[in-house]
Amino acid sequence: MKILVCMKQVPQKDAPLKLNEAGTWIREDVSYEVNEPDAFALEEALRQKEKHSGEVVAITAGPTRASQVLREALAKGADRAIHLEDNGFVGLDAYNTARAIAAAIKDEKFDLIFTGLQSDDYGYAQTGVILAQILGLPHATIIMQIEKNDSGVRVKRELEAGFFQFVDMPLPAVLTIQSGINKLRYATLIGIKQAKTKPLRKVTMAEVQSAMGINLQKIEKMYIPEKSKNTQFIDGPPGEIAKKLVEKLKNELRVI
Amino acid sequence: MPAIKFRGVDFIEFDTLLNDDERLVRDTARKFIEENLVPIIEECNRAGRFPRELVKPMADLGFFGASLNGYGCAGMSNVEYGLVTQELERGDSGVRSFVSVQSALVMYPIYAFGCDEQKLKWLPAMQKGEKLGCFGLTEPGFGSNPGGMRTRARKVGNEYVLNGEKMWITSGTIADVAVIWAKVENENDKVRGFLVETDRPGFKADDIHGKWSLRASVTSGLSLQDVHIPEANLLPKSGGLKSPLMCLNQARYGISWGAIGAAMACYDCALQYSMLRKQFRDQPIASHQLVQEKLAWMISEITKAQLLVLQVGRLKDANKVQHQHISMAKRNNVWMALECARLSRDILGANGVADDYPIMRHLMNLESVKTYEGTHDIHTLIIGASVTGIDAF
Ligand SMILES: Cc1cc2nc3c(=O)[nH]c(=O)nc-3n(C[C@H](O)[C@H](O)[C@H](O)COP(=O)(O)OP(=O)(O)OC[C@H]3O[C@@H](n4cnc5c(N)ncnc54)[C@H](O)[C@@H]3O)c2cc1C
Ligand SMILES: Cc1cc2nc3c(=O)[nH]c(=O)nc-3n(C[C@H](O)[C@H](O)[C@H](O)COP(=O)(O)OP(=O)(O)OC[C@H]3O[C@@H](n4cnc5c(N)ncnc54)[C@H](O)[C@@H]3O)c2cc1C
Repeated sequence: MKILVCMKQVPQKDAPLKLNEAGTWIREDVSYEVNEPDAFALEEALRQKEKHSGEVVAITAGPTRASQVLREALAKGADRAIHLEDNGFVGLDAYNTARAIAAAIKDEKFDLIFTGLQSDDYGYAQTGVILAQILGLPHATIIMQIEKNDSGVRVKRELEAGFFQFVDMPLPAVLTIQSGINKLRYATLIGIKQAKTKPLRKVTMAEVQSAMGINLQKIEKMYIPEKSKNTQFIDGPPGEIAKKLVEKLKNELRVI
Repeated sequence: MPAIKFRGVDFIEFDTLLNDDERLVRDTARKFIEENLVPIIEECNRAGRFPRELVKPMADLGFFGASLNGYGCAGMSNVEYGLVTQELERGDSGVRSFVSVQSALVMYPIYAFGCDEQKLKWLPAMQKGEKLGCFGLTEPGFGSNPGGMRTRARKVGNEYVLNGEKMWITSGTIADVAVIWAKVENENDKVRGFLVETDRPGFKADDIHGKWSLRASVTSGLSLQDVHIPEANLLPKSGGLKSPLMCLNQARYGISWGAIGAAMACYDCALQYSMLRKQFRDQPIASHQLVQEKLAWMISEITKAQLLVLQVGRLKDANKVQHQHISMAKRNNVWMALECARLSRDILGANGVADDYPIMRHLMNLESVKTYEGTHDIHTLIIGASVTGIDAF
């Protein structure tokens, strides 16, 4: 099986974030890491390859620093990588990101394309779905398990409230992978060393620009939540006060 | 799990001085330590237990002999290897000590002074963690001055017979093989290295108890009474005291990075604590000038130490490093780490002495780190001799 894994570099989960001067995004001087569900997607791809043989290719769209996620993927066992490298790939909406990726892989034929369920920074959960639409492939989201069979794959989707759904799909297909689906491996020091010799194709903005359009979605303003104190008195008989209080705690403050 | 989670320390975009691979090595080691060592280390420290269960996982990642080439070793650069030791010691100096001994004090001398058969026999197995080693230089009567050692080897037929005592030997009772340094009677008391399998008759190892430092690492005394080894166990290219000192140079270099890890752990914990802890007028203690002075001192010293050891590492990678460079890094960085541990301990008040936080453990560990691999003062004398040309030992 030939599997493409879409991986994004995002600010580290615990990193202290500072707003940029325009107040539209965070400052660049934070630590970055692989988007969590993407790491699980890579792990799943490596496991599928170990079972069924084939090739794992990692792709990212982002500035120079984003090559770190590709190096990590190569160190963990991906066979090659593709980097859409330009500062302009930061802050694209999901539609444009998907169009750029689709353009970069137009000459390749993958059996499976994995993305993470969503990114830890924007959280759109759209890139994989739109990518499937552009490529004209079937897709399924929030994937917890993948079994290859004669007609394609059988996948397990996570639904709400502890329910799951099993879906049989033909190949090729696009799957968006949920975190926790497997146990992540570490890159080994030998793997890091060997990654240096694996192919990494760079794609410029110019090569894919014609496939892209203007951003349909953009962040106008970002701000730190303002703290406000607000005292409310609830009047009435004790039973009613309790009821109203519970309602407020549940629906307004969402603490119970 | 610890009360405060480590967030990393980087004041002057030090990371931009590292290349992608170096950062990846560091981040990988950091993640491994956070997920595998940090959750168990306080229990190990209390119990005085070496976390042996981590030997295999550490081997799988390539931590043993990481800077050696071939034999399954990763062939890391010195800077990459240093970053691994930094992260190990961010977890615990004892676990870092174990890795340093296995890598720099046992695998390295086999690699540098051994013959092909010795390398093939030991290095792949040690890289995989299937065989463990220890390094026996220090004796009850000779620490800073190993040249005075009493341990003797005598060549009899095609064997060597070893007699002597070694003391303060890391991993002594868990080792499969000991690199023993001894004076060879038939060679004018020249110091040479021997590979002594620890199951040979006459070899005994006993743990040192009541140790209030490096409690997650095994420290032992070794006794050799008429231990017979085949002459093939002599490390053929070892000769003179400079051979063990070459090993120590490797290990001291790793310690110079490791100490930064311990300092980062203490500083980051104290910084986060000081923002949460409130005293006087309901203000976080971080708002008091005296606390800020401690934090400012620590982050300055950590940053200077990083720059110092990075330069020493770059020199080492270019084969230009001198032993006095490594002495400066070891002396300065362990000292600053110990001071950081003390200041951080202070900032945590009474909580600083409890093992809900890692600081007191690091503080106690660093006292050993200050002493072993050449004490602080011995490195002062090495630097002094280097700049004046006059030995003052
Ligand atoms: C936990 C632990 C693990 C260890 N692991 C190992 C190991 O695996 N293998 C191994 O071989 N050794 C090991 N050691 C031993 C270590 O290397 C020695 O403790 C160290 O070399 C110092 O020797 P010493 O303890 O005999 O102190 P001493 O040499 O007695 O020194 C005592 C004090 O005198 C000072 N001093 C000595 N000479 C001078 C001088 N000329 N001028 C001024 N001051 C001087 C020293 O700086 C020090 O402050 C370990 C030690 C510890 C604590
Ligand atoms: C083993 C042990 C036994 C003890 N026994 C007793 C006992 O029997 N009875 C009892 O009542 N208490 C006891 N204590 C508690 C001890 O008195 C307190 O730990 C001490 O008063 C410090 O308080 P703290 O730990 O809350 O630290 P904090 O007050 O939180 O101080 C933390 C840090 O902030 C600094 N700091 C605080 N305020 C300021 C400021 N305004 N400006 C600058 N710096 C500031 C401190 O100097 C310190 O470095 C004991 C403590 C220990 C460790």
